[in-house]
Amino acid sequence: MSSYWFGWRKAKVISGGDFQKLHSRLPYYGYMSALWSGLPALMILLLWLSFETTIVSSLVMSDLPPAYEGYSEQQKGLLLNDIKNLSEGRQTSGKKPELKILSDRYTQLKAIANMANIAVVLAIAIIGGVFASQKIKVETRARNNVEKIVKGLLIASSTIAIFTTIGIVLSVLFEAVRFFEKIPVVDFLFGLEWSPQTAIREDQVGSSGAFGIVPVLTGTLLISFIAMMVAVPIGLMSAIYLSEYAPKTFRSIAKPLLEVLAGVPTVVYGFFAALVVAPMIRDAGVTLGLDVSAESALAAGLVMGIMIIPFVSSLSDDVINAVPQAMRDGAYALGATRSETVRQVILPAALPGIVGGVLLAVSRAIGETMIVVMAAGLSANLTANPLEAVTTVTVQIVTLLVGDQEFDSAKTLAAFALGLTLFVVTLALNVLALYIVRKYREQYE
Amino acid sequence: MSTKDKATVGEDQHGIESEDTETVGKPLLAAEKSRMTCRNVFVYYGEKMAIDNISLDIGKNEVLSMIGPSGCGKSTFLRCLNRMNDTIDICRVDGDIKLDNQDIYDQKLDVVPLRARVGMVFQKPNPFPKSIYDNIAYGPRIHGMVDSKTDTDEVVETSLKRAGLWEEVKDRLDAPGTGLSGGQQQRLCIARAIAVNPEVILMDEPCSALDPIATAKIEELIDELREEFTIAIVTHSMQQAARVSQRTAYFHMGKLIEVGKTNKIFTMPSHQLTEDYITGRFG
Repeated sequence: MSSYWFGWRKAKVISGGDFQKLHSRLPYYGYMSALWSGLPALMILLLWLSFETTIVSSLVMSDLPPAYEGYSEQQKGLLLNDIKNLSEGRQTSGKKPELKILSDRYTQLKAIANMANIAVVLAIAIIGGVFASQKIKVETRARNNVEKIVKGLLIASSTIAIFTTIGIVLSVLFEAVRFFEKIPVVDFLFGLEWSPQTAIREDQVGSSGAFGIVPVLTGTLLISFIAMMVAVPIGLMSAIYLSEYAPKTFRSIAKPLLEVLAGVPTVVYGFFAALVVAPMIRDAGVTLGLDVSAESALAAGLVMGIMIIPFVSSLSDDVINAVPQAMRDGAYALGATRSETVRQVILPAALPGIVGGVLLAVSRAIGETMIVVMAAGLSANLTANPLEAVTTVTVQIVTLLVGDQEFDSAKTLAAFALGLTLFVVTLALNVLALYIVRKYREQYE
Repeated sequence: MSTKDKATVGEDQHGIESEDTETVGKPLLAAEKSRMTCRNVFVYYGEKMAIDNISLDIGKNEVLSMIGPSGCGKSTFLRCLNRMNDTIDICRVDGDIKLDNQDIYDQKLDVVPLRARVGMVFQKPNPFPKSIYDNIAYGPRIHGMVDSKTDTDEVVETSLKRAGLWEEVKDRLDAPGTGLSGGQQQRLCIARAIAVNPEVILMDEPCSALDPIATAKIEELIDELREEFTIAIVTHSMQQAARVSQRTAYFHMGKLIEVGKTNKIFTMPSHQLTEDYITGRFG
């Protein structure tokens, strides 16, 4: 901050009051020196913070009394934990006097490190600031420099998101590969049975697990299909009403209300599905003489459909509104009625956007977990009957990873394989959506 | 000084205030010659008056051009003639507009067949995002004018031929209408409008987005279409008005100032405002 003013002042002074002589406008010199002092200091601070604990710990451990010489790495780790806990005033596993000495040393080192940190960072900030103000001359291209740095920052931010995605994909991929070492890919992709168990002992009953994804994937697709059957017609029609027919005042109230649906936590939808919708469906089934299980795909699908209505309606509404008024005028001027205009002119023109919205909703439905956990059950039935209980990919991931697990059994690794499958499916849908949108986008204009 | 003040000063200079709203020239035609008759039309956008007491007839097989400075109400007036102003919420139309002696603002009258009888071509070409063929076939289809594929083919072909576009597009009727050039798109829109066989065609600055060559083609087309249709055209180009129209109406500040035979308006305008406008003193 202060270095901003130094840079500003310096530039003002060297310009001698004639600002036109300067290459850039005054604030840019300020920004330049602020960035010079701020950025390197910030980088040092981050590096320091990430290495501080490691360095301090290794210093402490190198001072270990000879009594601990024979300790294995694991035991040393435990010991270090004790030391840390002690220095922060928490309970430790065993009170040993020599640990107290070590922990004091740890606290001391930590304090020194903190001081050193502050000193170094400040020094670097000042050096950077001074360096920058040295650099400021009349012909300094401050604006270009600042803009280069800003561009760099923007690039860095965008790459963080990209690298995170790549990281997630890779970690899932590697775990999935480990799973496929135990279970063949073909069995996984085409197996018709899903019962993820692994034997803890060789002679255990029911030790043979089956890892066929088909019933689980069918469940996901069935529920998503039901959800789309609910969401697409209702969402689309409400979007058409809101954008073409509704009076402005009604629209301004109804649209935010509809979007509130998207804000309801999925857990709430989940117990709504399990406690209200599922019993209703079962009762209705009984009246009709149908056998409906307590947890049915229908209940989960219906509620999920309600949940994703706002995705469809809100996006479609925006797209329909974006269709140029000239299209409507053209159709009306030919004597088309309102519904003819909507069906034959506006919907075709808005179609790419609508498809995009629908596919986004599908991805959302496939990835949805909470509603299905609560309303659709856990048993992996291979069925197309919406009245039976089914399970979905996401639910299975949850159940596989909940509780105490070893992370190298086929059972837990299966979760990663499922995750990968899910990722591939949603990715494919997104690519498809992009393709469709791009293909039809240039239709009007 | 705001633009409104300027305009008022201008009016004072030309003495419009003292001359009442009476239109100079001959706005009305003999009953047997006129197709659309407008009497004492007022249009309001909310509180603002956009059209102030206009009475004007549009004759059979004539091209009536409407000229005047921007915001003078000529487009608004044109849009009253097929009730396109209905789509604007705050717009209100008073007065009496008749098509072949039938009141088009009659409560009982359905606006859909009216718009089939009074077609419209807009300033900016607005083909639908469909193929050339479907663009033309759209109107006849929704009005049930065609049953079979051969019927539709015929309507498409004749409409495109009348719009002078057939030779250019006959080999690519399946191509999207939006892929044509600006002038071709505008002729496509004209073809689309005449495909439903209207009685009157309204054109709202149909050439303002086009280059001189495309404009010439459309003007030629307008002249040919006069044989069968009644055409009202709004234009900013006085040369265009002089070339295509038989009668010309000059609008100013929501009022109809002068109407008359085109050659008379452009050679011997009676009203000072008209003369100022066509000689380029303002506007």
